[in-house]
Amino acid sequence: MKRAFPILAVLTAILLSYATYAALVIAPTEQTMGDVQRIFYYHVPSGWTMFLFFAVNFVASVVYLIGRNLKADAVAVAAAEIGVVFCTVVLVTGPLWARPVWGIWWTWDWRLTSTLVMWLIYVSYLMLRRFSSGGQTPLLAAALAVFGALDIPLVYFSIWFFRTQHPQPVIGDQGSIDPSMLRVLLINWAAFICFGLLVFWSRYRLEVLRQEVEESQALEALLEPGSSR
Amino acid sequence: MSLSSGITAATLAKDIRLEWRSKDAINSMLFFALLVVVIFSFSFDPLAEDSRRIAGGLVWVAFLFAAVVALNQTWARELRNQVLDAYRVSPAPANSLFWAKALGNFTFVGVLEGLMTPLFIVFYNLRARGPAWQLIPIAVLGTWALVVNGTFFAAVSLRTRSREVMLPMLLFPVSIPALLAMVNGTTAILTGDDPAKFWIVLLATYDVVFTIGCLALFETVLHAE
Repeated sequence: MKRAFPILAVLTAILLSYATYAALVIAPTEQTMGDVQRIFYYHVPSGWTMFLFFAVNFVASVVYLIGRNLKADAVAVAAAEIGVVFCTVVLVTGPLWARPVWGIWWTWDWRLTSTLVMWLIYVSYLMLRRFSSGGQTPLLAAALAVFGALDIPLVYFSIWFFRTQHPQPVIGDQGSIDPSMLRVLLINWAAFICFGLLVFWSRYRLEVLRQEVEESQALEALLEPGSSR
Repeated sequence: MSLSSGITAATLAKDIRLEWRSKDAINSMLFFALLVVVIFSFSFDPLAEDSRRIAGGLVWVAFLFAAVVALNQTWARELRNQVLDAYRVSPAPANSLFWAKALGNFTFVGVLEGLMTPLFIVFYNLRARGPAWQLIPIAVLGTWALVVNGTFFAAVSLRTRSREVMLPMLLFPVSIPALLAMVNGTTAILTGDDPAKFWIVLLATYDVVFTIGCLALFETVLHAE
């Protein structure tokens, strides 16, 4: 497994550089928006990758709640942190695009608001992890992750009731996206997923190491009752 | 009476008796909500037309902040003399304790709302243009939405450093759909522009989902070590 890490790193480097070139040079310039539209190749893949990692966080939290496996907790924390990073990318690139195209940085539209709320939920998850101490952190965090995941459909449904200004999905039946643009988009998505997995892997290993250190410290303290740490 | 409902009733009665004698939670909540009402009135001119549109948000924000005061005291009270530890080792079902605490908080916040609503009406010249009776389901479902998750997250934040700050940080993001429904439902009724049905159904859904979620996970959180 450890040998796969440098391979993934090299793959990510190649994919990311090619995807950047594809997004900036290969992809045709959009007719009405011009070059501003190219941020789409970063915004949309980040959004998809964010959903992927939040889903991983939810599944890992449920697995932890059922089996109390600390490895699952390490997966959950790594996935949540990377999900929040990609969510932040979505929230930053969105206004950068909206300002020249819509004329405003931000609007309380359905998708914008629900993404922001999702960001808030997962930041509160990370805050809880930071502020709780000792062995109960994984359990409390897993409970909150389940609540957050239960909340997301309700967030979407409630905010959907507002008028929506965000562009409709361009992939799928009603969508109209140039095939060359779609190709660039998918390459970028693949690159972002690889990059996300690479960071996720490092973060996961760091978390497992941290758990091991904590465990051995606890064991040491048990074995030598005289030396309090 | 079954064992678990007996425990719920006994704990609830104890909490209400304690509150009746000390009036800690209700006094601090009332004063806090009153301060919010007064301070908000400086931020805009409370004319009848404006206040109709803003009051929904204002009322619920005041109640939400005030409720946090009571919610923070829910479990902190049981830490003294290791009552919570005693409860953990006893064979009593955890969920009956949760019901007692949630119902107790519901009662306290309900009393607060009952006392504060006339004040809001007087201070902001409120009169509903829509069907006013629909405010009752919104108030009941909305209060339960705040209280059920609040009681749960108060038990979670009990285990953290700076727990009084932690509770709102956990509770508010998850409560956003419920708050949105309460505020928009209340505004819809006060202005009479839109029907509030959708928001009432949404609140009911939220309540069902999170009541089940709390009951499913409370025992795990109570026994977290």
